[in-house]
Amino acid sequence: MHMADALLSPAVGTTFWAGTAAVSCYASQKLKKQIDDKMVPLMGVLGAFIFAAQMINFTIPGTGSSGHLGGGMILTIILGPYAAFLVMASVLTVQALFFADGGLLALGCNIWNLGFYPCFLVYPLIYKPLIGNSQSPGRIIAVSIVSAITALQLGAFSVVMETFLSGKSELPFSTFVLMMQPIHLAIGIVEGFVTAGVINYVHSARPELLDSIALSRPLAAEVSLKKILITFAVLIVITGGALSWFASTNPDGLEWSIEKVTGKGELPEQEHGVVAVLKGFQEKTAFLPDYGFKPAGNEAKKEEATPSWPGIEAGTSVAGIVGAAIVLCTIMLIGLGIRVFRRRQDER
Amino acid sequence: MSHHLVEFKNVFFRYPDGTEALKGISFRITHGESVGIVGANGAGKSTLLLHMNGYLMPTSGTVTISDLSLTKKTRQDIRRKVGIVFQNPDDQLFMPTVFDDVAFGPLNLGMDETHVRERVHEALRLVNSLDLCNKPPHHLSGGQKSAVAIAAVISMEPDILVMDEPAANLDPKSRRSLITLLKTFAHSKIVASHDLDLILDVCQRCIVIKDGAVVADGPADEILANKILLEENNLELPLSRQNIKTP
Amino acid sequence: MTFDEKYFNIGHLDRISYQDTCVHRLDPRVKVIATMLFLITVVSFPKYEVVALFPFFLFPVLLMTIGEIPILFIVKKVLLVSPFAVFIGIFNPFLDTRTAAVIAGIPVSAGWISFVAIMLKFSLTISAAILLIATTSFPGVCHALRQLGFPSLFTAQLLFLYRYLFVLMEESMRIIRARDMRSFGKRGTGVKVVVRLIGILFLRTVDRAERIYYAMLSRGFQGDILSLKQSHLRTSDLAFMAVTIALLTVFRFFRVTEQIGSFAQELLR
Repeated sequence: MHMADALLSPAVGTTFWAGTAAVSCYASQKLKKQIDDKMVPLMGVLGAFIFAAQMINFTIPGTGSSGHLGGGMILTIILGPYAAFLVMASVLTVQALFFADGGLLALGCNIWNLGFYPCFLVYPLIYKPLIGNSQSPGRIIAVSIVSAITALQLGAFSVVMETFLSGKSELPFSTFVLMMQPIHLAIGIVEGFVTAGVINYVHSARPELLDSIALSRPLAAEVSLKKILITFAVLIVITGGALSWFASTNPDGLEWSIEKVTGKGELPEQEHGVVAVLKGFQEKTAFLPDYGFKPAGNEAKKEEATPSWPGIEAGTSVAGIVGAAIVLCTIMLIGLGIRVFRRRQDER
Repeated sequence: MSHHLVEFKNVFFRYPDGTEALKGISFRITHGESVGIVGANGAGKSTLLLHMNGYLMPTSGTVTISDLSLTKKTRQDIRRKVGIVFQNPDDQLFMPTVFDDVAFGPLNLGMDETHVRERVHEALRLVNSLDLCNKPPHHLSGGQKSAVAIAAVISMEPDILVMDEPAANLDPKSRRSLITLLKTFAHSKIVASHDLDLILDVCQRCIVIKDGAVVADGPADEILANKILLEENNLELPLSRQNIKTP
Repeated sequence: MTFDEKYFNIGHLDRISYQDTCVHRLDPRVKVIATMLFLITVVSFPKYEVVALFPFFLFPVLLMTIGEIPILFIVKKVLLVSPFAVFIGIFNPFLDTRTAAVIAGIPVSAGWISFVAIMLKFSLTISAAILLIATTSFPGVCHALRQLGFPSLFTAQLLFLYRYLFVLMEESMRIIRARDMRSFGKRGTGVKVVVRLIGILFLRTVDRAERIYYAMLSRGFQGDILSLKQSHLRTSDLAFMAVTIALLTVFRFFRVTEQIGSFAQELLR
């Protein structure tokens, strides 16, 4: 499942964008120097292939519902991790722009969830070691299923984490996990089957094909196990540290009204470091203080007929609602006005 | 004149899987000639064409284009002189817009922006497709794509124009436009096709390939009147020459 | 969506993106940056903020009307992809039942407020993404990305993807039709058949890539896809940027909606 912008906070979104951008630049640099010229058209066309292949849906045996290929694993097997990552990124970009499948801010998350795990974790750590040099169809099926399941579980779990850390949804972590993981287990099994099936088909129809593609990218472009494990460890420490900061003190990214609402009593007065700086920044740039707190200064809102409930006002005062109606009408009128104006212009 | 020459001398070619596609092809095409290449399917026409700009290299024998003998080193230079238009325009129009496709060749030749724009303009004008300049290829019809594919090749101003089944996917009107267009080109032209009427219209000379070798080479008028020869090669007389009796 | 729907839908969006209006003529870089700023601003609102989101609808409305993009088309697309957001967001009203306000005598729970906020943000962000393509054309966006610093290898193969997207989808369509004509209900649509079809499609794709590469070589390709110098930013582009940033700042940090509402209330008194 793709993350949507509406469930994301700026902090989580930009963090994952930074991660994805870093990996993309690294992958591009690695590839650029070493690949065969013919890789670029091949990568692009295989990206289009993924879309075309996703159109071919099938009935999942036993359930009667239809499913389709995801593509992360099969791309990695064919193209290797670096190229496959870029192709997955492209596929997701086209999905976000053309199909509105996943948001643009969430694109960083989605590329990470559906690209990073299959290409840089599952393929080097699971698929390649388990496959070895074997081309036996049975083995390919087994290893593909394990790989696909792992990759999809990681991806699904990431969606849960991203949603949770963004703090826009009330869904408790455990419930979300219990929903996402089993579904993606099933999807993973199917994905593994289809991936293996296609690989086996290609092996039987054109045995030398996958090897010749592999020759277009030298072995030096393969990811070394040691590098991955080190990177992974570093990433865990960084993300764990940074995001837990955010999660514990700023569940809404830079907004912190939730503190009051959950009845945590006083605002944590003694924050130091990054959080204090961010807080100060937010206080200075927000022209009016945020709702939900003790009213600062004389900015008391007009609250006709609304008893003061603790915590959220969220602009649901009468003034807010009246204003919303006016704003909507104004915008609609502007829109209509422009349309009429255009039509008159065309008629001249 | 040694330039604008295409010469194959005893060319043999074997594919990696062992198929002997060309078995001793020899011919000589000089400046300004227009030559049709015909033959049954699998006779070796496509393999022959793939040698003309060095995509394939002969297993033995020599290929000479202008005054360059085909080797791995001379391939790039040869590609400046020989422009090949393939059967499927979708494979040749790989850039986001028509302009980009037609500019691709000149840019690779190292030309500066002004000259590139001039070449693009001229090439599109020659194929009557100036109005398509900023369109993406997938918005074009089959005939439009074929025209633009030709423009993309002639923008490099090659000396020799090679075409593989140019009218295969065209409707009759587009086909007629193509024939008219080809007749106006002054390049040396080599056209491989099953469309014998097109060859008759466009080419003065005709080479018949069978099982990887040349079995006939002469004026198109004569070759394409030789019913026996044509039928031996899974061909027929051009439709314009068949006496189709109307009931 | 059935295959045909998905295919023609993006074909329609693709055609719209090549229209010629003043919005379409704006530099793609400016539109990409404006869209991203818009998204960050909208998403930066806290969980329970609803009313402040309304002024933001000005952007999609202006883009649609000046850009001559059919409104119904956009609305349909937003609705089509909303199930995911609804599915996640709908838990909010059930799990967050503290009453946050009383409107016209009816207590409204915080959960419903955050749900509405999510749906509003969803409409805004999704329409912004679609409108970016609708007003810019995909190659335009790719060129913008390249100029904004994305790796050229990435944007080059992205352009290839776009170019052959429709071609391959048509091939896929033909394959599916051939299958459907011979499958009599569900019998032919099992995994085994699909795997074979995808395999065939894959082989054809690789062959096509080979032919494309050959065509590139034939026209002098030596490894780098060259392009001409890009256009400069014009005054209209800079003006658009400035106005966008100004409006986003105002809408984000000033309580515009409530001020308007209060003002109206004053008038009515």
